[in-house]
Amino acid sequence: MSVFWSVFKRDWLLAFRQNAEFLQPVLFCLLVVTMFPLGIGPSPQTLQKVGPGIIWVAALLSSLLALEKLFKQDFLDGSLEQLVLTPASLPMLAIAKVLVHWLVSSLPLLLLSPLLALFLNLTWDMYWALLLTLLIGTPLMSLIGAIAVALTAGLNKGGTLLGLLLLPVYIPLLIFATSAVESASLNIPFVGQLAIIGAMLLFAIALTPFAVAYAIKVSQN
Amino acid sequence: MLVIAGPNGAGKTSLLRILAGLSSPEAGEIHWGTKAIDDDESDYKSALIYIGHKLGFSINLTALENLRFWMQQREQPVNDDVIIDVLDDLALVGMEDVLVRQMSAGQQRRVALARLWLTPAKIWILDEPLTALDKFGIKLLQARMLAHIKRGGMIISTSHQQFAEDIPVRVLELEPS
Repeated sequence: MSVFWSVFKRDWLLAFRQNAEFLQPVLFCLLVVTMFPLGIGPSPQTLQKVGPGIIWVAALLSSLLALEKLFKQDFLDGSLEQLVLTPASLPMLAIAKVLVHWLVSSLPLLLLSPLLALFLNLTWDMYWALLLTLLIGTPLMSLIGAIAVALTAGLNKGGTLLGLLLLPVYIPLLIFATSAVESASLNIPFVGQLAIIGAMLLFAIALTPFAVAYAIKVSQN
Repeated sequence: MLVIAGPNGAGKTSLLRILAGLSSPEAGEIHWGTKAIDDDESDYKSALIYIGHKLGFSINLTALENLRFWMQQREQPVNDDVIIDVLDDLALVGMEDVLVRQMSAGQQRRVALARLWLTPAKIWILDEPLTALDKFGIKLLQARMLAHIKRGGMIISTSHQQFAEDIPVRVLELEPS
């Protein structure tokens, strides 16, 4: 466990030393969301209707930007190969990295979400549902994304490939998340959708560490 | 000590990476003691230090931070004074709080090699350890290697430069494929 915290602290320290890089995806998300009212007109009803979808798609895209950095630097400077060679269990260390990544790239997005909801004229009920779906949906994105990032870490131009690999996988998450917010807007209970996203998250927590560890090993090959 | 020699592209680095367990061999198995390394990974990994072409350190952390995290990851007690002493011995006096990115290539290399002073391990796998080191650095490293061998340690290394005469060396010559 001490090794887990060591990796956690290391990545945390690095994130704060390169804070500009980690803020970029959040700012990107903010900008994308700001573009929509300008593009489709400021009518409050329209914005309210498309709002949840826009915020979720922007969150997915910005998570792609952020995910790219998860293993890239470590791969290039060789820290990743040293991590593979530590006696401690690699899946656990991979989770430490993903956890830090979620804290520095998705948590700011959650903090920013009231502002996004305000931009798109979401009601209080819709915002509440949006926040909950983001809260359990973004860790799921980080976990699944980490597998693809570890696989593409060794490639020179992995960025586009990463998008092509991951966006289709995110579709179910997008569907359930936006449908939860829509239910909230109609005052229907949305616990069902949340439960499904939660189940996917639990499933991912249980299995992705091993997949990520395996992918890291493959990237070293 | 085993030196793997051969022209560029003969597969020296690939061989070392396979021996370290980073790459998997197309055929065959690597054994450590009586067990294949895949069967008891952590046993082999705690006996091994691998230093490749890449530093294995983040350039945005200081030498001290990098080595501290390295020792924590090897589940060793961390003592800053010990790390600073080793850095001083490697002629990096006062450099412990400098970011690795601001160091010269030779200094970065010395920080990477400091691992050999800090962690006990039975087997060292070193890929071109003498690259970028000056005469003084080479002398330090060779003295360390000799001490390691005298204590019963093993070294597998590649180098285009000659090692000191007093290090007993076996050479494996790889032919270009």
